[in-house]
Amino acid sequence: MTWYLVALSLGALAAIAGATLPRRVRVPVAAALGALGCAVSLVAAVGDLIDGRTILVHSDRLLPFSGVSLTLDPLAALFVVLSSLVGVAACLYLVGYAHGPSASRSAVSIFMVFVLALSVVPLASNIVSFMFAWELMALSSLLLIVTDQAQRPKARSAALWYAAMTQAGAVSITLGLLLCASRAPGQSFVDIAASSSTLSATTRTAAFVLVLLGFASKAGAVPLHVWLPKAHPEAPSPVSALMSSAMVSMGVYGIVRVGGDLLHGGTVGWWVAVAALGIVSAVYGALHATTASDFKRLLAFSTIDIMGLSLIGVGAAGVLEDSGMHADATLAMMAALLLLVAHAAFKGALFLGAGSVERATGTRNLDRLGGLVHTMPTTSVVVALSAGAIMAVPTLSGFSSEWLLLQGLLHGFTDTSTPVVIVMLLGVVALALTGGLTAVAFVKAFGIGFLGQPRSAGARDSREVSRWMGWGSALLVLPSLVLGLVPGLVVSLINRAADTGLGGVATTPVSTGAGLALSQLRGAIEPAALLGALVGVMVVLALAARTLGQRRARRVDAWGCGREEQTPRMQYTATSFAEPLQRVFADVLRPQMDVEVTHAVESRYFQQSLTYHHRIADVVEVRAYRPVFGVVHRVGVLARRLQNGSIHRYLAFGFVALLVVVVVLA
Amino acid sequence: MNRVALSVCTSVLQLALVGVGSLVLLGLMAKVKARAEGRVGSPVVQPLRDIRKLLTKERLHARHSSVVLALAPMVITASAAVAVGISPIIGTHPVLGQSADIFVIVYLLLTGSVASALAGLDPATAFGGMGASRAMTIGALAEPALLVAVIALSVQAGTSNLPGIVSSTASHPAWVFGPVHLFALGALLIVVLAETGRIPVDNPATHLELTMVHEAMVLEYAGPELALVTLGEAMRLGLLFSLVANLFLPWGVATGDSLGALAIACAALVAKTTTLALVVALIEVRSAKLRLFRLPELLAGGFVLSVLAVVMGLVIR
Repeated sequence: MTWYLVALSLGALAAIAGATLPRRVRVPVAAALGALGCAVSLVAAVGDLIDGRTILVHSDRLLPFSGVSLTLDPLAALFVVLSSLVGVAACLYLVGYAHGPSASRSAVSIFMVFVLALSVVPLASNIVSFMFAWELMALSSLLLIVTDQAQRPKARSAALWYAAMTQAGAVSITLGLLLCASRAPGQSFVDIAASSSTLSATTRTAAFVLVLLGFASKAGAVPLHVWLPKAHPEAPSPVSALMSSAMVSMGVYGIVRVGGDLLHGGTVGWWVAVAALGIVSAVYGALHATTASDFKRLLAFSTIDIMGLSLIGVGAAGVLEDSGMHADATLAMMAALLLLVAHAAFKGALFLGAGSVERATGTRNLDRLGGLVHTMPTTSVVVALSAGAIMAVPTLSGFSSEWLLLQGLLHGFTDTSTPVVIVMLLGVVALALTGGLTAVAFVKAFGIGFLGQPRSAGARDSREVSRWMGWGSALLVLPSLVLGLVPGLVVSLINRAADTGLGGVATTPVSTGAGLALSQLRGAIEPAALLGALVGVMVVLALAARTLGQRRARRVDAWGCGREEQTPRMQYTATSFAEPLQRVFADVLRPQMDVEVTHAVESRYFQQSLTYHHRIADVVEVRAYRPVFGVVHRVGVLARRLQNGSIHRYLAFGFVALLVVVVVLA
Repeated sequence: MNRVALSVCTSVLQLALVGVGSLVLLGLMAKVKARAEGRVGSPVVQPLRDIRKLLTKERLHARHSSVVLALAPMVITASAAVAVGISPIIGTHPVLGQSADIFVIVYLLLTGSVASALAGLDPATAFGGMGASRAMTIGALAEPALLVAVIALSVQAGTSNLPGIVSSTASHPAWVFGPVHLFALGALLIVVLAETGRIPVDNPATHLELTMVHEAMVLEYAGPELALVTLGEAMRLGLLFSLVANLFLPWGVATGDSLGALAIACAALVAKTTTLALVVALIEVRSAKLRLFRLPELLAGGFVLSVLAVVMGLVIR
């Protein structure tokens, strides 16, 4: 634990350095301290995960009521690894990224507080410490959305949405945790876990539903996701990377910690609900990601998709555990956790890459990008590999984790109880549906954004970003390669964390080795061998081409079908690329299109100008949230009638209120 | 004969058989279509001759293309070749057969599709984008049906390992006539038509850019790279045909470790895939190409069939 205290102190020092140092040295010093702190906690957490130990630290001093309580068990260690990993990369990236308002005292020091809070949340082990860290994480990220772009109305609106949703969520989580602790002697997680079985079934369910609402909203589960596609794209890119990889994972962490660890699993209904949230989120997120043309909005929707898949894993684990299939439950939980770690790395890299693109071209609208592979080679490779990982290309990390998820779901089919089978069936269907849609989304992101010819002056004049930004994002490609090629090396660590999440009974459903092999049933993948085979075939093909006397290709004009000139505007754009799918799923997506035609003065048969507007609103927001706002607004307008500024009226209100109180109490 | 040598032998035979055989299958289907339409048609070995001709030509790249255009044919062919090498096509013990999971094969095929879509977008032409967009749309709708249909079979067999599924189906012949197999077969046939770009989904013989799907995507390829793309796509077709044949009629696939069984398996595979090719060619002759926006109905039909196959498996057990 000493190392964590060192890491936390380094993080705190980074925040102080950001707030006090002069402008010239502020960013490098703060980022170096922050990156060092994250690196220390990363190494320490990996070490503790390998040893599998549990460490407690308690201090009565730092916080009122209960003091600070930190516990490091394998589940917490895994999430510390996850958030410190992204933290190191984001800090390095910040060195190149921060300038102007994003290098101000407040921006840098709040950034460091956010990084620090992300690694404290999984460690906190009593209600006060947990909620303190949780709120620190939420509020610092909220401030970061507006620090450098408070003037932009979109950022302000996004921050407002985020503030409302995250605070409502925090209230819900606090109430739920207090309900969990209602029979406990203290409010530490150990006390809660020891006493939670004495609670009545209704109380436990109520507590779980309350925490689930809060955590699911943080994880971006549909229908509580509406803030996510607004806030994640609007935040500065290193912040988006942290929010969309580490912070959303904390939502899933919370569900596993409270549902699996503190409340010992509960009833099957809880986990069916979790899996249902996951299924809806996965499909809805993937569908919106295919049609988004804002690069960062696309990434935000794909976060909803992957969080959905991970919730399917958690839900399936809970359901299977409930029907006594502990080994299969562990498998599903491991899949969910591996997917979270893999996602943190590739989504972090993608958001950092999108930030580099935005910095280099001035836009993140894919319709105005193109040809970046020629001007920004490093960023292109980072985005291509991470997109490959998210598309589950074999030998990259998304593949091994989704394979594990599929195995967990397949094994669940051997159970005979109806809820289990239905969850497994719908989970498999969601996994299959999102696979193809994710491929469309990321072929679009890379193919339109980075290949072809530039579609705007910004894209044409782009240059590769600074080395710090390149290294920061490239660092996050490593986990995608390691988890993809040799998943067997880390699977025992994930296994420990999954055991903690399921109440501590140890099983090993996956045997260790370089690849993944199930220990009970026939099923294995050897990604390293697959890569060897793929590379082998390609080398043979290249050698064959050489022996056939192939030389450099001659450059010629592309096939123009009789046209003389080819301009970049003739290329497909992101919007046109996604148009067929948008038409297929028009009933769900409800795209709005307006065409305005201005006719020439001389004749109606000629058009002077033509404008085309195209928008896909979030159906859930329009249908479920807007009506509520309408009602609240009308009530507010009505309430205003009570106030006309007359002192006599207010005195009368006071008198009536007093009377009512007296009558009620009497 | 020892196990390793036999595995290598199986994989090499599979690669050779599918590599050459799938091109012949393409020629055969073209021939059957031509005859059915009252034409003489080109010889059955025409695709092989085309490949030989293309290999002698010059490499040409579009002016604005990047390294993606040059790499994609290698990725398409390598992913198809690895999938062919490890799948149970003539024997259930190919090299890396233990990791020939359905998920691996489906995502290897997806890797090939992604590579060709990116190659379509790379030269910055309208046709390439059009083809890539359409091909990815069709792929996104066909892939779930493929995955779920094979999952239906793997739930029944208790493993998602393809050689495992084939050998358990071979030892439970009654399964083949059960509802799971019938529904999954319906779904897989639709997927095969979509993934290999046959009528009613796409017309492999089209020469009008606006109606092309796959051809529009590879329009910029010429010479040896076009040969590689054609070979890779043919191998994908050969792989899908052989998988459908072996998953639904597993007899003849070598499960033991003798060379004789492999020889019989080769003959059985030729017979099965030729029959399937004839069926597909007749479907192509008898039907018209669907409008692009009618395709989702067909593919959703395939998806529903595959989900029904899983449900059937759960109901009848």
